[in-house]
Amino acid sequence: MSQARTQPQDDPAKVAAFEARIAAGESIEPKDWMPERYRRQLIRMMSQHAHSEIVGMLPEGNWITRAPSLRRKISLIAKVQDEAGHGLYIYCGTETLGVDRAELVQQLLDGTAKYSSIFNYPTLSWADMGVIGWFVDGAAIVNQTVLAKASYGPYARAMIRICKEENFHKRQGYEIVAVLANGTPAQKAMIQDAVNRWWWPSLMMFGPSDADSPNTAELIRWKVKRRTNDELRQRFVNLTVPQAAAVNLTLPDPELRYDADTENWHFGPIDWDEFNQVIRGNGPCNRERLEARRRAHDEGAWVREAASAYAAKQRAKQASEAA
Amino acid sequence: MTSPSVVPVPAPPPNDELELLLRLGDDRLVLGHRLSEWCGHAPILEEDIALANVALDLLGQATLFLRRAGEVEGKGRDEDALAYFREAVEFRNCLLVEQPNGDFGFTIARQFLFDVHAVVTLDALSRSTSAEIAALAAKSLKEAKYHVRHSGEWMLMLGDGTDESHRRVQRALDELWRFTPELFVADGVAARLAVQGIAPDLPALHAKWETIVRDVVGRATLTLPHESMHSPHLRGGRSGMHSEHLGHMLAELQIVARSHPGAKW
Repeated sequence: MSQARTQPQDDPAKVAAFEARIAAGESIEPKDWMPERYRRQLIRMMSQHAHSEIVGMLPEGNWITRAPSLRRKISLIAKVQDEAGHGLYIYCGTETLGVDRAELVQQLLDGTAKYSSIFNYPTLSWADMGVIGWFVDGAAIVNQTVLAKASYGPYARAMIRICKEENFHKRQGYEIVAVLANGTPAQKAMIQDAVNRWWWPSLMMFGPSDADSPNTAELIRWKVKRRTNDELRQRFVNLTVPQAAAVNLTLPDPELRYDADTENWHFGPIDWDEFNQVIRGNGPCNRERLEARRRAHDEGAWVREAASAYAAKQRAKQASEAA
Repeated sequence: MTSPSVVPVPAPPPNDELELLLRLGDDRLVLGHRLSEWCGHAPILEEDIALANVALDLLGQATLFLRRAGEVEGKGRDEDALAYFREAVEFRNCLLVEQPNGDFGFTIARQFLFDVHAVVTLDALSRSTSAEIAALAAKSLKEAKYHVRHSGEWMLMLGDGTDESHRRVQRALDELWRFTPELFVADGVAARLAVQGIAPDLPALHAKWETIVRDVVGRATLTLPHESMHSPHLRGGRSGMHSEHLGHMLAELQIVARSHPGAKW
């Protein structure tokens, strides 16, 4: 497992053979040889993805206890539970690259690993539960549909499975949005406000503009990524604009207009200063999110220790009975 | 000042079946809500998933019991009207389930005591002379059997894990023991339902419950609290005499729905 780490210089012949496999559209599996940088890039992307699922439980978890009907409460718990499942699943996928979950979780708690910037924004009303499903899960689907064709087999397979559930979440979110948009004046105001707050951070979810995305070229060559950040962001905007119109909601961008030549919806400039601040830990909820994860981890230490101690006692008992 | 003339109004006939359905529904609504508070904050990811699963089952059961309660009541109230627009004193859950989560050991001990109660009660209710209640109980029983397996295993792991986990879960058991007699008190409602065969004879179930609890507690190397730790005066959740915790919980649960009366969600 650690062999690859002690050999930072990959054999050029092996790299060439590896790239030929990728070019031929083959899937790379855990036991196959891979360049160390490929392994590291995948660990980075997959663990960021897993961390995002786990941290992403918090903003929505914030409304579970206040969901306005039993049906909504149940669907929201199920959704947050799915996110825990996705996190677990992707952590397991990352372990196939020779790194264990405890190590990855520690990186999250240390603040050395990243997670999606979107989860550093606060959920301020029930309408946010609709908009997160619509925008955030919608953006995740755009990203993950492409990742489902990624060259690393375990990641691609995880994405196929996860995408199915995300599609369900998105529909559920959009349904909440539609109900509120057709509801009382207070509900309409609530949903428009949520749309206004989440639109720009959702566009930032796709990451820096291609001009400023240091990892993109290599990741695309290795088919870890299949589309650039800007391409995916544009696809999301194109999909979402008509959905907003369908429920009579306004997207907070005065520059938004259809460009018949490119067949794209043109959108205004993204505030990259805000994005960079959030990435650096200065977003509205960065501290709260990490603090919540650390508290759960620290307060749960005695439980994890008890489970291991109990398992050890059981093993010892079985061994002495067998003897 | 003249005292108003008091016209004695005859009490409405007690709708015992409605009371039973509210007790069953409210226990599950309140405990499901409490468990959902853990979501995102559990000691390990697997427990975030497991506790959410139990919460989902309980809230699903609550939905069915409360929906049926609304039908039996016949005033046009559905499950959401009952969950979101009643006051604390109108809730019929037992005191055990409304106790705040505490640490993971407290949550598990509370869950275990309730799960065993749910299994023995639902098993008996699945033979109710009321076909609707029997069907709802049979469906819930399948889930309750999974729940008690989960909470029972954690009782063993925590009780027989480390010194710290043993101490914590023992303290939780001692703390919660006073709420357990309420689960088996036969008040007028329960006594009449037992005579009609709609619900089981609760005091008879108490022994069955204690046998299971005693077995797991023993294997977990824990000590069953003494009867002197029971608090007879606490037997009030079924008649609306709750702890102060319930009102705070409901304030949170009901805030959005009550802020927008008449709205659809």
